Amino acid sequence: MTAADWPREDPALHRLLWIDAASGRLEDKEVPDIVRLVRAGDLLVVNDAATLPASLAGTTDAGEPVELRLAGACSDGERWMAVLFGRGDWRQRTEARPAPPVITSGARLVFAPTFAAEVVCVSHTTPRLVEVRFQPSGAGFWHALYRHGRPVQYSYLRGPLRLAHAQTGYATRPWAVEPPSAGRPLSLALIRRLLAIGVEIAAVTHAAGLSSTGDPALDESLPLPERFEIPPETARAVAATRARNGRVVAVGTSVVRALEASAERHGHVVAETGVAEIRLGPGFQPRTVDGLLTGVHEPGTTHHALLRAFLDEDLLARASRHAEERGYLIHEFGDSWLLLAA
Amino acid sequence: MEISGSTAFITGGSRGLGAALGQELAGRGARVVLLARGGEALAAIVDRIRSTGGEAYGVVGDLGSLDEAHRMIGESAALAGAPEILVHAASTLGRTPLVPLVDTAPAELERVLRVNLLGPFGLTLAVAGSMLVRRRGLVLAISSDAAVMPYQRWGAYGVSKAALDHLVRIWAAELEGSGVRFLSLDPGEMDTEMHAAAMPEADRAALRPPAEVAARIASIVTAAESVPSGSRLEVARWGRAA
Repeated sequence: MTAADWPREDPALHRLLWIDAASGRLEDKEVPDIVRLVRAGDLLVVNDAATLPASLAGTTDAGEPVELRLAGACSDGERWMAVLFGRGDWRQRTEARPAPPVITSGARLVFAPTFAAEVVCVSHTTPRLVEVRFQPSGAGFWHALYRHGRPVQYSYLRGPLRLAHAQTGYATRPWAVEPPSAGRPLSLALIRRLLAIGVEIAAVTHAAGLSSTGDPALDESLPLPERFEIPPETARAVAATRARNGRVVAVGTSVVRALEASAERHGHVVAETGVAEIRLGPGFQPRTVDGLLTGVHEPGTTHHALLRAFLDEDLLARASRHAEERGYLIHEFGDSWLLLAA
Repeated sequence: MEISGSTAFITGGSRGLGAALGQELAGRGARVVLLARGGEALAAIVDRIRSTGGEAYGVVGDLGSLDEAHRMIGESAALAGAPEILVHAASTLGRTPLVPLVDTAPAELERVLRVNLLGPFGLTLAVAGSMLVRRRGLVLAISSDAAVMPYQRWGAYGVSKAALDHLVRIWAAELEGSGVRFLSLDPGEMDTEMHAAAMPEADRAALRPPAEVAARIASIVTAAESVPSGSRLEVARWGRAA
């Protein structure tokens, strides 16, 4: 399937495949048609995490080039999980990147004269997964990251992304290392129209993580545990929606992860800050999410496997064939699927 | 809007009205991020606010581009969370001494528009969505009577402020009833560096201290829900300083 190689100029052209899991019906639509597919009393839950510029180009003390991609902040807020890449950058396919130089605990990575990281430990799973501590820390770290970091991106894109490209229209706290892109098609005008017809909107913040590292062993263990926060008003909105038999529609798999992690732990969604380690896929029964707006992904990817929590194998295969035949574009700037029973 | 417990981002935060607002809102319990170009002056204000027990952060940057807006908002939100209040207090007069429009270079007008109009536009774009999704937010644009009166030699600045006032009106119309509110505030003449640069001969004793204006603006923030979104208010006529 073809990847969208750049953010769309005209968001109104954004296509939407509606998949009705109840009837098995597939219908080709456009994103603005969402207003006819949801109804008053439904709740859309978005991930309001901003995408931080998580890719840092640097060198080891020996002068070897490395790229460090942040995977997520550790709970102490001081250290970060990160994935090392060798020579090259996003223009090469991830699988084709050479291995990074051997890095041991205590090694230093330098990104700029006044911005560096110390490798605190190296994972047993793979030497490419590390925990680092930055110098400077605190406010100085964020300033340096925003000056020297670039958004994580992949080789199917036609040029370097600007930070603005990697954000949804409602993003604020920089928790995500890749864009929670399912929400990109939700313009503020569309959100206003949804609110006007009585659909509610609420937000969670979820640290959407890296989707691909080029290392099969590491890719197998994705997603890594990801931080999330469910504010009280969102927990209330979910409860009220269920009480009135409205549908909870997650905008993006990161929202599913946050809501279902909370529901699994407590029996229902509560206001909390936590870490989602939940694995979604075949056999997973959602407790709280009734529908999903998501991007289009190819069979064989973790995103795709996750959809088996909502669709049986046959319907997922049919939808994938349909999307391929009709030329739906994949990846973060591509088209969308709406999994929602009529 | 309740100030205590809110997060406020304030541009032009290193001096003048922006700095005074930072002090005032932090004093009332807001978490404040001051955005400005000048690192040292900014650090001094942040230190002063912290020394009086307020929670404040400084983020340095130049609001020339949308990318820079996202960078500064990202840094600010990393430090202080999502903003409930955004104040556009950064502005430039353009070159001083002020000259008539006929003597103003197009590039100079462009520069003034970039700081006074496009900067606030980009920053507001970067936070309005987040405010909309949470159904609450207040965006304040600091205006000037130069936006309304055709003062000679105040062309570039006056035009930029008139346009900013109109952005506020249209934003307010587009987001009417959403919980996100917009106001233009004319602070009147204040005893600031900016005023001194524009009118060095002015009698400084006749100018209002920025701290007094900031206190009045804080009371406007507290009463914001009672004022129609999109209104343009003259701060001097509003209530009493707390």
